[in-house]
Amino acid sequence: MAMKSASFVSSADLSGLLVRLAEKAELWVPAPEDTAPHRVTFRPFQAGMDLDGHRLPVTSPKKLLFPQGEELLRFRTGRSSSEAAMETVLLEESADPRPTIVFGCRPCDARGFVVFDRAFLQGPFVDPYYKARRDKNLVVSMVCPGPDAACFCGAVGSHPADTQGSDVQMIPVSEGYVLHALTEKGQELVRHLENAPSQAQEQEARHVWESARRSVENVVSLMDSAPHFRKRFADAAFWRLHTERCLSCGVCTFLCPTCYCFTITDETDGVQGQRLRSWDACMFHHFTQEASGHNPRPTKAERFRNRVGHKFSYFAEKHGHPACCGCGRCLRHCPVAMDIRAIVRAMGETEDVHA
Amino acid sequence: MAVIRDIVQETPTIRTFRLAWKDPAISANFSFQPGQVGQISVFGVGESTFVINSPPTRREYLQFSVMRTGEVTRALHQLNVGDTVGVRAPLGNSFPYTTMKGRDILFIGGGIGMAPLRTLLLTMIDNRADFGDITVIYGARSPEDLCYRYEFDAWRAAGVNLVLTVDREFPGWTERVGFVPTILAEEAPNPYNRVAITCGPPIMIKFVLAGLKELGYEDEQIYTTLERRMKCGIGLCGRCNIGGTYVCVDGPVFSGTALRAMPPEL
Repeated sequence: MAMKSASFVSSADLSGLLVRLAEKAELWVPAPEDTAPHRVTFRPFQAGMDLDGHRLPVTSPKKLLFPQGEELLRFRTGRSSSEAAMETVLLEESADPRPTIVFGCRPCDARGFVVFDRAFLQGPFVDPYYKARRDKNLVVSMVCPGPDAACFCGAVGSHPADTQGSDVQMIPVSEGYVLHALTEKGQELVRHLENAPSQAQEQEARHVWESARRSVENVVSLMDSAPHFRKRFADAAFWRLHTERCLSCGVCTFLCPTCYCFTITDETDGVQGQRLRSWDACMFHHFTQEASGHNPRPTKAERFRNRVGHKFSYFAEKHGHPACCGCGRCLRHCPVAMDIRAIVRAMGETEDVHA
Repeated sequence: MAVIRDIVQETPTIRTFRLAWKDPAISANFSFQPGQVGQISVFGVGESTFVINSPPTRREYLQFSVMRTGEVTRALHQLNVGDTVGVRAPLGNSFPYTTMKGRDILFIGGGIGMAPLRTLLLTMIDNRADFGDITVIYGARSPEDLCYRYEFDAWRAAGVNLVLTVDREFPGWTERVGFVPTILAEEAPNPYNRVAITCGPPIMIKFVLAGLKELGYEDEQIYTTLERRMKCGIGLCGRCNIGGTYVCVDGPVFSGTALRAMPPEL
């Protein structure tokens, strides 16, 4: 008999399933914030919590695998007397990360992890901190219940029923969800569920999946933007015009499920200290500021050009896919309504720009 | 982890650190190629990137030259012999040493830009028979701003045509006077079967590249090294890229051809 790879979970049984999963792993779900119920974010699951699968969470779940700040190492440094040499000792590395489950994210957020995998696991170096977390992580995504006007997954080679980056995909049907295991890790989860979906439920799931997939068929693709970017690179007036209102606040990069720029800093408390890795943003002036005073990306025009270039040209050419999952957070939450889609589109248009 | 074995005050702002690995196993197995860099940590302050300027042919210590410029370099300058630093090395690419064999060589260095050239120069000196003429044009603002002055005699004794220059006249200075690109034009080393390697301040590199072109050097005969602010050193943190090229993993050594293919974001 083939391994069971599909299951049905009724709406009533969902919270029971979550309670069971939360016993095995740190479980993160999209839920309204207690103090600001209009805002959905990924939060650690607690029994009795109301999930919200309909609104795209403000933040992406990337912090589970790539924390906003994390300790890389610990050290103790000092001199035994004023004459003695300065000794530094590296202390024991931090403990193994706990297993985590991202439950109920949209396919775009699951695709975000695929971009991280390419950069942190498939490049010239494997990042051990990311790998340790990724190995113990499971992603259960849900077919997107409804893209909004800022969404553009269809333009970056994805769609609202995309399975890439997910271990399990949930498909909402009447009275519950059909779960499909997509990886071995996913099978491990689905195998322990009792109910197989009925034929009618599978049929409904297929219909939901298919109509979600088709809903973005007519979107203008941004997949092959690298040649346009290269042609526009030296067009300083183009980048000035399109970045004029940018505040360099960096919210686009912090909310982005695929942005992974970071900084490394030391913090000390007397003789003990830690080396930390924290989120940083290529939109900040000091990001490339050199000690000599030189800055290769001195204005927001060069910095935004780097953001566009990294996502749609440099990364895309290296890994065969843009570093963008089309979730639209960067335009939805930009205080001055910058729209990266429009800029990428404009790169390819003949447009007269005056300095 | 490494221990500072020796410190040499090269110029008023540049110190050379000679380091030894603490772990004998690392010490025995460590190898690198000329041009590769290392990240040096002063724990509690941070980490910065420097080229390994000792040659792989001399293994008693690993040498880095550090100009006091920012926080980490200032902290490094406060350390003494016997103190511990962290080292991540080797990182980055290297000079195409084997393809330079059998040819004439021209080094053009300015100020601390001599550091990445020194590792290659000494490797060549240690394999002197593999190379034809070796000419070094090295300049700085003043005689006291020249690094490795205590080695100049040894370089000349090894058959290196060493041309030294400073920006203006100084009492007691008997070598050349003038900017490096000017001296390059005066010396005019023939490009026939020769490789030119240059490193120095960006403005010097710019005029040297133009000067080499003038002398008939092709892009693929020219190599330089680039610098960027770096954090991770492994192509991830997002600082040092010039277009899709990451100086930390794809560099620091670039040919004239590679430079020309890069987008103008230097």
